[in-house]
This record gives sequence, C-alpha cells and structure tokens, in this order.
Amino acid sequence: MDEGRARRRGVSPRLWLAGGWLLLALLAAIFAPLVAPQDPLAQDLMLERLPPFWISGAEPGYWLGTDSLGRDLLSRLIFGGRIAFIVAFAAAIAACLVGSMLGLVAGYFGGWADLVISRIVDVWMAFPPVLFAILLVAVLGTGLSSVILAIAIIDWTRFCRVIRAETMGQSRMDYVENARIAGHGRIGIMLREVLPNVVPSIVALLSLEMGIAVIVEAILSFVNLSISTDDPTWGGIIAEGRLSIHQAWWVLVFPLITLILTVLSFSQFGEALKTRFDPVLR
Amino acid sequence: MSACLEIRNLSAVLPNGQRVLRSVSLAVQPGEVRALVGESGAGKTMIGKAVLGVLPPSVRIVEGDMLLEGEDLGRLQPKARRTLIGARTALIPQDPLTALNPSRRIGSQMTDRLVRILGWGGDKADRRIRQLLDEVQIRDPDRVLKSYPHELSGGMRQRVLIAAAFAAEPRLIVADEPTTALDVTVQKQILRLIAQLQREHGTAILFVTHDLGVVAKISQKVSVLYAGKVVEEAETAALFAAPQHPYTRALMAATPRYTDPYASLKPVDEAVLAGLAAEIAAADQAWRRPHG
Repeated sequence: MDEGRARRRGVSPRLWLAGGWLLLALLAAIFAPLVAPQDPLAQDLMLERLPPFWISGAEPGYWLGTDSLGRDLLSRLIFGGRIAFIVAFAAAIAACLVGSMLGLVAGYFGGWADLVISRIVDVWMAFPPVLFAILLVAVLGTGLSSVILAIAIIDWTRFCRVIRAETMGQSRMDYVENARIAGHGRIGIMLREVLPNVVPSIVALLSLEMGIAVIVEAILSFVNLSISTDDPTWGGIIAEGRLSIHQAWWVLVFPLITLILTVLSFSQFGEALKTRFDPVLR
Repeated sequence: MSACLEIRNLSAVLPNGQRVLRSVSLAVQPGEVRALVGESGAGKTMIGKAVLGVLPPSVRIVEGDMLLEGEDLGRLQPKARRTLIGARTALIPQDPLTALNPSRRIGSQMTDRLVRILGWGGDKADRRIRQLLDEVQIRDPDRVLKSYPHELSGGMRQRVLIAAAFAAEPRLIVADEPTTALDVTVQKQILRLIAQLQREHGTAILFVTHDLGVVAKISQKVSVLYAGKVVEEAETAALFAAPQHPYTRALMAATPRYTDPYASLKPVDEAVLAGLAAEIAAADQAWRRPHG
C-alpha cells in the first residue's frame, strides 16, 4: 500500500513516456505538410528502395528510406498518422458515448433495462470482431466515415460491459441510498452521483480503445478495405512492405514499430491517467 | 398531537414468501428517541429502510401502514412520497466510509439536499452547513468543506454525516447503528454528539442498534426485535429495571459487564430460543390464515 502510494505520487514515467510519444505523433500528424521532408505521394523510380539513413546507399532527406515506388517512408508514416489519429479519436469517442451510456443505464437501473442491454452485448460479442469489421465496411462501403462507424459499432460493447459492472458496484454504495432518501430523482443520481465515480474507468477505456481503433484501422487498410484514396495509411504501408520484405525490410518494420508504439502508448497513457486522477487511489 | 412516526402492523416478505417483518407496530413521538434493538437479521435495519422508502427491490411490503407526521406514506404518489421523506427525514448511516460520495467534495454533498430539494439559496445553505459543522465540533470547516471524503478520518466523516442529517431540520432521523463501524474511543464521542444535537434540535430519532449499552444511554423507549417481530416494547428505564419477555432477559444476561470482566460470555439460552421459535411459528400461522 505504502509502496503503491509512493509510486503514484512521484512522477510516473509511464505517463510521460506514453504521453510524450502520443503528443509527438499527434503534432507530426497535424502539421504533416510542414514537417514531412518529402511529398508522401511523389514517386521516383530512380530512388526506389533506398535504405534508412545509417546504411550505405542512403540519400539525405530520405531518413527512413523509400519504398518500391521511390516514395519517402518517413513522410508516408507522418501522413498516415493523420488517418490513424482521426479514426482513433472519432471511433473511440463514438463507441465510448454509446457504450458508457448503455452500461450506466444497465448497471444503475438493473431489471429489464439490464436484461435487454446485457443480452444484446452477449450476442454482439459472439461475432468475431475483425470479420465483423470487414463485413460492416463491405456493407457500408469504404471510406473514412464507414471505418469509424464500423469500429464504433463493434467496440461499444467493451465500454458497456465494464461501465455496467462499475456502475453496479457504485450503485450499491450507501451514498446512492442517501441521495435517494434526500429525495433526488433516479436519473439525477445516476448522472451526478454515480457517473463521476466511473469516469476514471471511462477515461482509461477510452484511451485503450483509441489504440484498438488504430489497430483495427490498420487491419482494414491491410486488407485494402479502409479509405480508398491514395492517402497513405499505416496498414496500407505494412501491406506494401510485406510484398518487398526481402528487398526492403524497412518498409515493413518502421510502420510496425510506429503502430506498436502508438497502441502501447494509448493503453499505458489511459492506465496512468486513471491511477493519477482516481480520487480514491490518489 | 399525532406521532412523528407511526408504524401499524407492518409486514414484509421476501420473494419466497418468508416474512422478514412480522406485523411490526411502533410509534415515535416528536422529540423522542426510540431504540430498536435486536440481533443481526432481526429486521431492525429493514424497518428503518421501510420508513425511508429504500427497501431492497426483493422485499415487498404486504400489509400495514406507515404514517409520517400523520401522512400515510402508502397513500402518496411515489414522487410526493419521495419529497415528503426527503424533507422530513434523514439518515445517519452505519458505515461512514461508503455513505459519502468519494468523487465529490464534502461541501457540495452537504448543501445538495438544502439547495436542490428544499430550494434554499447557496449562501443560506452554506451558512447553515457551517453552523452544523460547528455544532458537531469540527473546528476547521473551510478545510473540511473543500475535502474529499477519503481525506477525512472515519470519525470526522461520521460527524459530517451527522451534521448533514440535522442540517435540513428533519422531524425524524433514522440512525442505523451509527457507531458500529467506528473504533471504541470514537464511538463514545459520536454517541454523545448525537444525543446532544437531538436534545438541542428536538428531533425524533429511530435508533437502530444491537448494543443494549447504547440503548440505555440514548433512548427513552425501546422495542426489542426478534426475527422481524417486536417481542417487547417499554420505556427504557422500565425495560432495564424489569424486562418482561424471556428473550429480553436473555439478551441482558448475554451483555458483557465491566463489573465482572472475567466472566465468560453467555449465549442466549436454548430454551428461550425454542420458545421464541414457537411464538413466531404460531404468529405466522395466525397471520397466514386470513392471508391465504
């Protein structure tokens, strides 16, 4: 307990490392036209498969090398971050709103509301998520908004289950009963007494979900079902890199590293935020 | 003058048909402290919850009336009942650790009922809360009002809850074992505080406890409960002087005494329990006949 407290009070390296990477990647994505050294779409067959800068044969200005069409890998990663972050934020927030609201209602009101919502969640979770996503995008058509919608439709259950359980635990606390006795209405109690106590969990889940959304988007673009324009995406770059793995390993490895770091940072950032801002743990 | 709280023939059942309250009747006069004493599971807390309208959903009231200052709670619409209970009653809970919302500051929790239910202005509510904090001998109200519950000790939280209970000048307070979760040295202070505020404000209290020592200190009248049935009811002084029911006598004999600290603890006599079981079985049978 004491050890845990000391760790929480000190500067959490987890929070700073994860937050630092996310901030860096986010800023690079936002200011992509300014920071990207090259045009991510410019092909130059004279410059195909240039290695990263520390290997002989590298060209200055192409830090991470080029792919088989001579496009600058670093620039493509930076521009790919735009799609990744847009999908991460939009899909995670949409899934969070729907899932948390339903979870709160199911957990607080119980009874029929809980029965109906929980059964829907059970059925939903029986679908294999990636296949479900592919199916949804096939139905909705490719494009940024369908990817976002598909991820939200699949992943709201994650929020719903966790928030329902947390809400049930909180609803049994005496302070909820006290608010009842004082004469407050049930919806008011749910929003003003219970909700603030599940917010730390919502925040942690939201961050985790952003990481998951990045992965799902990468999977969808890997199977060529994400956005259909020429804009680079991390999954798309990985798919191209797979084809030239023997000639240019960097085209596969760097987007993978970027993807892993980003997803890991999202989940760690969420957990670190939760322990830092939970009033009970604090 | 009508009673502050009157319970007539209250029976409640579980889904399996078992009665948890067996035709309970009791009255609390204005300004009076009525103790409800009994073992765990005797239904003491259940009565308190029934009065406050927060029975668990599985428990169903099948018979009886509850009158709060003459108003029949059973005849009111749910919304009107909530408002009436909210305005005229309050609870001093058993466990001060879970009775305060961990994510809200003490100040906003305490003024909540005054502002949102009773419609007081913010300043008036704030003054009132500070006055009550002073009465429960909290000397640094500014710090306490700005604190989160986890920043206060158990005893401090119970003081806050007592202050909150008295703040809206309720006619009736249900005190549900308010000292059980506290350690012994704090128990005494808290008990004294409740007694003092009760006298000053003239509030009636339904005091739920399993501790006969507490009963003797704080109450004027006692109802002894066993298995959801009132087995004896009397003035506190009379009860201690001459307990009538064998169960009451057995309970008193089972209470450890400072005068003889080395005596081994006596459980309630088997014969008494057998007698009680027969009494309750007979009562249940008599009750079921007209109720099918």
